[in-house]
Amino acid sequence: MKYTLNDLKPGDTCRIIKLIGQGGFRRRLMDLGLVKGARLTLKKLAPLGDPIEIEVKGYSLSLRRAEAAKIYVEILV
Amino acid sequence: MADRKYKKITIALAGNPNSGKTTTFNSLTGARQKVANYPGVTVEKKEGRLTYKDYKIKVVDLPGTYSLTAYSIDELIARNFILNKRPQLVVDVMDAANLERHLYLAVQFIELEIPMIITLNMIDTAKAKGFDINVEQLSKLMGIPIIPTAAKTKKGLPELLEQIVDTAEHPKKYKKPQISYGEELDEEIDKLQTIMIDDNELSRKFPIRWLAIKLLENDSQVIKHIKNTAQQPDVILDTAEKSRRHIKSIFGEDAETILVDRRYGFVEGAYHEAVKSTPQERVDISEVIDRILTHRALSLPIFFTLMWMVYNLAFAVTEGPTRWLEGGVSFLGHIVGGALPVGFYRSLIVDGIIGGVGNVLVLLPPILVLFLAIAILEDSGYMSRVAFIMDRIMHHIGLHGKSVIPMLMGFGCAVPAIMATRTLASKRDRIATMLIIPFMSCGAKLPVYAVFITAFFKSSAAGNVLFSIYILGILMAAIVAKIFQHTLFTGESTPFVMELPPYRLPTAKGLLIHMWQRSRLYIKKAGKVILLASVVLWFMSNISLAPKSEQSLPLKPADAQMQASLKLKNSLAGYLGRGLAPFLKPIGLGDWRVGVALFSGFVAKEVVISTMATLYSLEDVGEDAAPLREAIAKDPFFTPLRAYTLMVFVLLYLPCMSTIAIMRKETGGWTWPAFTMVYTTAIAWIVSFAVYHGGSLFL
Repeated sequence: MKYTLNDLKPGDTCRIIKLIGQGGFRRRLMDLGLVKGARLTLKKLAPLGDPIEIEVKGYSLSLRRAEAAKIYVEILV
Repeated sequence: MADRKYKKITIALAGNPNSGKTTTFNSLTGARQKVANYPGVTVEKKEGRLTYKDYKIKVVDLPGTYSLTAYSIDELIARNFILNKRPQLVVDVMDAANLERHLYLAVQFIELEIPMIITLNMIDTAKAKGFDINVEQLSKLMGIPIIPTAAKTKKGLPELLEQIVDTAEHPKKYKKPQISYGEELDEEIDKLQTIMIDDNELSRKFPIRWLAIKLLENDSQVIKHIKNTAQQPDVILDTAEKSRRHIKSIFGEDAETILVDRRYGFVEGAYHEAVKSTPQERVDISEVIDRILTHRALSLPIFFTLMWMVYNLAFAVTEGPTRWLEGGVSFLGHIVGGALPVGFYRSLIVDGIIGGVGNVLVLLPPILVLFLAIAILEDSGYMSRVAFIMDRIMHHIGLHGKSVIPMLMGFGCAVPAIMATRTLASKRDRIATMLIIPFMSCGAKLPVYAVFITAFFKSSAAGNVLFSIYILGILMAAIVAKIFQHTLFTGESTPFVMELPPYRLPTAKGLLIHMWQRSRLYIKKAGKVILLASVVLWFMSNISLAPKSEQSLPLKPADAQMQASLKLKNSLAGYLGRGLAPFLKPIGLGDWRVGVALFSGFVAKEVVISTMATLYSLEDVGEDAAPLREAIAKDPFFTPLRAYTLMVFVLLYLPCMSTIAIMRKETGGWTWPAFTMVYTTAIAWIVSFAVYHGGSLFL
C-alpha cells in the first residue's frame, strides 16, 4: 500500500519515497528540499482543509492537496 | 575635495526569498536605489551604489530565488545576469536559521564559476533558536568566505565590505574546486566538457562545466544556446541525449533528479558537520502568532477585520490631506486663472492641465497608505498566510490565494489594487487578477450610487440596494474569472507551493523604501498617461461642433449654467454621448444626458455626477449632490428601475483612465487594457439589459 502526503494527519511525520509529476513543478519541489529520503511533518491544514502546511528541512511550506497527491511517502512513527 | 581615483566594482546580491536580502541591500546602499524592470518583463530590477574606501561599488539586487533553472523567469533573470553581465562576485544572503535550503542555491552559483561571498544573516536569531554554526568550518567545506551579519543592525557589514573588496581584487585567491556529483555523473559531465572545450564561441560565453551539467538536466535555454552558437550542435546534443539515457538506465531516475539529490547530499554533509542544533525549550513566538492567525475558526474573521481596518484607515486618515491637495490644486488654478485672460487658453490651462495634475494627485494619499499596508503585510510574513487561508476559495475561480489582497484593495481604488498584483509570482495569475479588479466597487463609484439611491429609494431600502450592488460586483468578478479560467487562461494553473516564512517585525526603513518606490512609479508612469488623457478629454468637451448660429443663441446673460450645459451638449463629448444613446436604449438608458455622463465617467467615476449636474444646468454640485438628486427625482425619464440599471452599468462598465493607464504600465502594453475596456463594457451592457428587462417583468 502506497501512501501520499494526503494520507497524513496533522502531527504525522513521513519520509519521501518518490515524486511524480514533471517539468518545472517537479523541479520546484525538489529545489525546495522535497527530495527522496527527506523527512517532513504535516503541521496543519488551512481553515477550509486545503492547502496544507508541512515542515521540511527546518522551514514551513504550503502545498495544495492536488500537489500533495504527487508526493509518495512512507509514514514514520 | 581632492580628486580621487575610484575603482569600480559590480556585485550581485542573491539569495532565497525571505533571507533578508532586501534588508541587506537597503543597509548597504541606503536610499540611493534605482528601481526599474528587467527589459520586457515585470520583474523589478533594483540597483544601488555605495562608496567604500577607494571603491565605487554597484550593487544589483537579483530576484530572490530557490534555484537557477530555466523554468521560472526570476531564476532565468538571475542566472542570465551572472552569465551576461559578469559581475565581479555574488554575495549570497542566507538565513542562518534555515541553512540547508540556502546552501543548495549556493551550490548552483558555484557551478556558474563566479567568485562568491556568503553572508549568514540574522545570525542572532539563529543562535537564539539553538543553532551553533561553526562558520570557519562551513566556509572551508563550501570553499567560500562566510560573513555572519545582522542586516537590520548593520552588524557584520564592515567585514562584508572588506571581503567584497578583497575578493574583487584577488579573484584567483578564491577560486574553488568544483563539486563532485559521484563517479557516474562526473564521467558524463567530463565527456560533455571534452567535446565542448575546443568550441571557442561557447567557452568564451559560458563556463563549460556548467553547460555540461545543464545539458544533463535537459535545460531548455542551454539547449537553445547550443543550437544557436555551437559549431557542432548536433554532436553535443546527441552526446547529451546518450548521457541522459545512460544515467537513467543506471539510476532509474532522470539525471535532473539525481543532480538535485547530489547537490542536497553535498549540502547536507557540510551542514551536519558545521552546524549543531539544540532544540530550544522556550515557545517560539512566531509559532504562537501563527496558531492564532491561521486558526481554523478565527483566521478568516481576523483577515477580513484587518482588511476592513486597512481600507478604512486608507480613506479616513487621508481624507484631510486629499482635501488639502484638492484645495491646493484649485487654489493654483485660481491664481493662474486670475493671471490669464478669459478664454480658450485659460480654460485649457486651468481646467485641462492643472485639473489633470489634480486627477493624479488626489489619488496619492490613499495610494501611499495602501502601499504602506501592503508593505507591512508582505514584510511581516502575513501575506503568505493570507494566501494559505484564502487559496481554497480563490483557486475555485482559477485564481491564487494571494489574489485576494488586490481584489479587496479594489474596493478602495483600482490603481493601487492593480499595482498590488505584483505580489503574485506568475504572470497568468497577475493578469487574471487585474482583469477582474474593475468590478470591485471602488470609492469613486460610491458618490454615483449615493445620488441615485437617495433619489429613488426609501432610506429603509437604501442599505440593501447599495449592498446588492457591491455583491453583484463580487459575483461578476467570480463569474468572469471562472470564464477566463476556461477560455483565456487554460492550461495548467501555476503550482501553489509556497514558503511560509517566520513572522518578522518589518523595519521602518524597509517599509518606507518599499512604499516610496511603488508610489513614485505611480506618479511617474501612470501620471503621464492620466495627465494626457485629462487634456484630451478637456478638448473633447470644449471644442464646439455646433454651427456658429446655434452657438450664439440669444441667452439671458444670467443663464451661465444654461450656457455650460449647451456648450457641453454641442462639444465632441456631447456628440459622442448623444451618439451613445441608441446603444443605451435597449438597456433602458436611452437619454443623451446619460450618454454624455457615462462617457465623461472615463476621467473618473465620480465625474458622472458632476457632468449630470452640468447637463441639468445646475451649479457644480460636487459629491454632496442634493440639487442634482432633486432634479433627477423630478425628471420623468428616471424610474427606480432605470436608476438601478444605471448603477449596475456604472459598476461594471469601462474602468477609469487611471486604471487603464496603470494596467498598461503593469502589463507592458495596450493589449490587456484595451481588452479590459471592451469586455467590461460588453458585460455591463448584458447585465444591465438583464436587470432592466428582468425588472420590468416584475415591477
